Amino acid sequence: MGHVPNPRPAGDFRTSYIGDNALFKTRFEGKAALGIVLALVIAAPFLSNYVLSQLIVISIYSIAALGLNILVGVTGQISLGHGAFFGFGAFASAWIVNSFGIPALIAIPLAGLLTTAVGMIFGVPAARIKGLYLAIATLASQFILEDFFARAEWFSGGVYGALAERPTFFGFIFDTDLSYFYLVLFWVVASIVAVTNLLRSRDGRALVAVRDHYLSAEIMGVNLTKYRILSFGISSFFAGLAGALFAHYLEFVSVEGFTILLSIQFLAMIIIGGLGSVYGTILGAIFVLLLPQVMEGAATSAAGLFPALETGKAYIKEMSVGAAIILFLIFEPEGLIHRWRVIRASWKLFPFAR
Amino acid sequence: MSDSNPILDVQDISIRFGGVAALTDVSFSVKRNEIFSLIGPNGAGKTSLLNCISGRYKPQQGKVVFKGEPLLLRSINDRAHIGIGRTFQNLAIFSHMTVIDNILVGLHHKLKNNFLTGMAYWVGGAQKEEAEARLKVEDIIDFLEIQHVRNEPAGSLSYGLRKRVELARAIAIDPELMLLDEPMAGMNLEEKEDMARYVIELNEQYGITVVMIEHDMGVVVDISDRVAVLDFGKKIAEGLPEEVMQDERVKTAYLGVDDDDGMEEVA
Repeated sequence: MGHVPNPRPAGDFRTSYIGDNALFKTRFEGKAALGIVLALVIAAPFLSNYVLSQLIVISIYSIAALGLNILVGVTGQISLGHGAFFGFGAFASAWIVNSFGIPALIAIPLAGLLTTAVGMIFGVPAARIKGLYLAIATLASQFILEDFFARAEWFSGGVYGALAERPTFFGFIFDTDLSYFYLVLFWVVASIVAVTNLLRSRDGRALVAVRDHYLSAEIMGVNLTKYRILSFGISSFFAGLAGALFAHYLEFVSVEGFTILLSIQFLAMIIIGGLGSVYGTILGAIFVLLLPQVMEGAATSAAGLFPALETGKAYIKEMSVGAAIILFLIFEPEGLIHRWRVIRASWKLFPFAR
Repeated sequence: MSDSNPILDVQDISIRFGGVAALTDVSFSVKRNEIFSLIGPNGAGKTSLLNCISGRYKPQQGKVVFKGEPLLLRSINDRAHIGIGRTFQNLAIFSHMTVIDNILVGLHHKLKNNFLTGMAYWVGGAQKEEAEARLKVEDIIDFLEIQHVRNEPAGSLSYGLRKRVELARAIAIDPELMLLDEPMAGMNLEEKEDMARYVIELNEQYGITVVMIEHDMGVVVDISDRVAVLDFGKKIAEGLPEEVMQDERVKTAYLGVDDDDGMEEVA
């Protein structure tokens, strides 16, 4: 990974170790992050339903992709079953609400915990196998879970799917996109903070150590098996949490939504966004979810000029994500976040940067 | 030997890889506070021996006793807890982490926070613990004189500095026994002198017992208390550095004899 310097601006001094290890490296970054969140909170009531629904879906996918990034980017493992864990969270939350009458607001994190357990079971092979072999082992979890959704009627409602009502809070129903957006925004901010904190504390470092050099991590006292499986657990928690939020947003969960295509979409998000980077994950989710729509818009306007394109619009939309992955792997394998870091460094080091 | 209190006692270790006997009945013991060097030609089994002690290899026979307790049944990650640190022959740093984070991983077994309190950071005590850990890390950074690169990713450093980061990480374990696998390989004279100074200070100030593999005979003779020589997986000599250097078998092992066949690389 290329190292891009990020010097603190003049005057931004840190005089304690706690300050040096703060959530944001510079004061500006902290203010900017707070500004973005505040802007979203204030602007949300004025946004159209289309924009709000896009924001909700992006936020939910960001949470799930963040989980996958812990597994793939941070710990250096691979999972082709993340979409199924996302689905498991969706069904689990619906099941908890429908079978036990537990309020959806509580069921959502509970579904995350259930998915954690399932993820850790499917993560056990990671203790022994790596790389391509692990990818195939996790592919099995994708198919096993998909089959489970279709057959376990007590859990998922089988082929009919399950209803997932909107959460309520002391009589207040999150029934509009606006109120649901605030709920999702809370979880996305909480997830980002939790993962950032994890990465600057003991266990997060241990995960990175397992990725970078597992032999010496073990010598340093890191229990490889524990951390490899833990990584699956944490990653599945965020998948399950996101799945549950997704279920209660759509108010209906069906088996067809959680195929391997979804798993690959999550992988695309973290590859395009930047492996191992929290903010890169968000950028990747935005990119992967918006690109097809932008391409569709572009193809529609191009079709006005070249009527021959009219029939190919759907292809252009679908191919754009695939093309984006290939182009990113070739030209920016470290993702959007790396591009941003380069731009940031060139601003900071101006006029001495390229 | 007459040592009443060996910190490490290796007894009749043998290990074979297929048809190759990497180590055959190797025994030695290391006294507390000693700098003990293992030397020998390439493929003599020095690194295999270190791997047996640090747990990477399981010897087919023999015993390793550390501080009076059998060591071989313990897991590799347990060795940091009981006080064994090591560095590797080929650099084994965490190249994408900063120097500070690399050293903090060495403190892993001393820190209490788990992933949940880590995520909560401000409430579970993780923040306080991180700051205290950082204080220890800065001590080690000062000791090894790597202040200027503390925030750089370790993979971007020069070879000599990376070796130093690796040593720093091993010191962070706070071991009683340090296994150093060729700490001076590939260094220029100045870097070697620095490294030799660190090893001596480790030994004298921190009271760490050192077992070191090294090819530079000058360094070995200068800083070791005792030396053992391996050749083709067998120990051929042990004793004070000057004595060992005069040993005929050692000279033969290094310079070879006429009908020497098949110096196979094992380690």
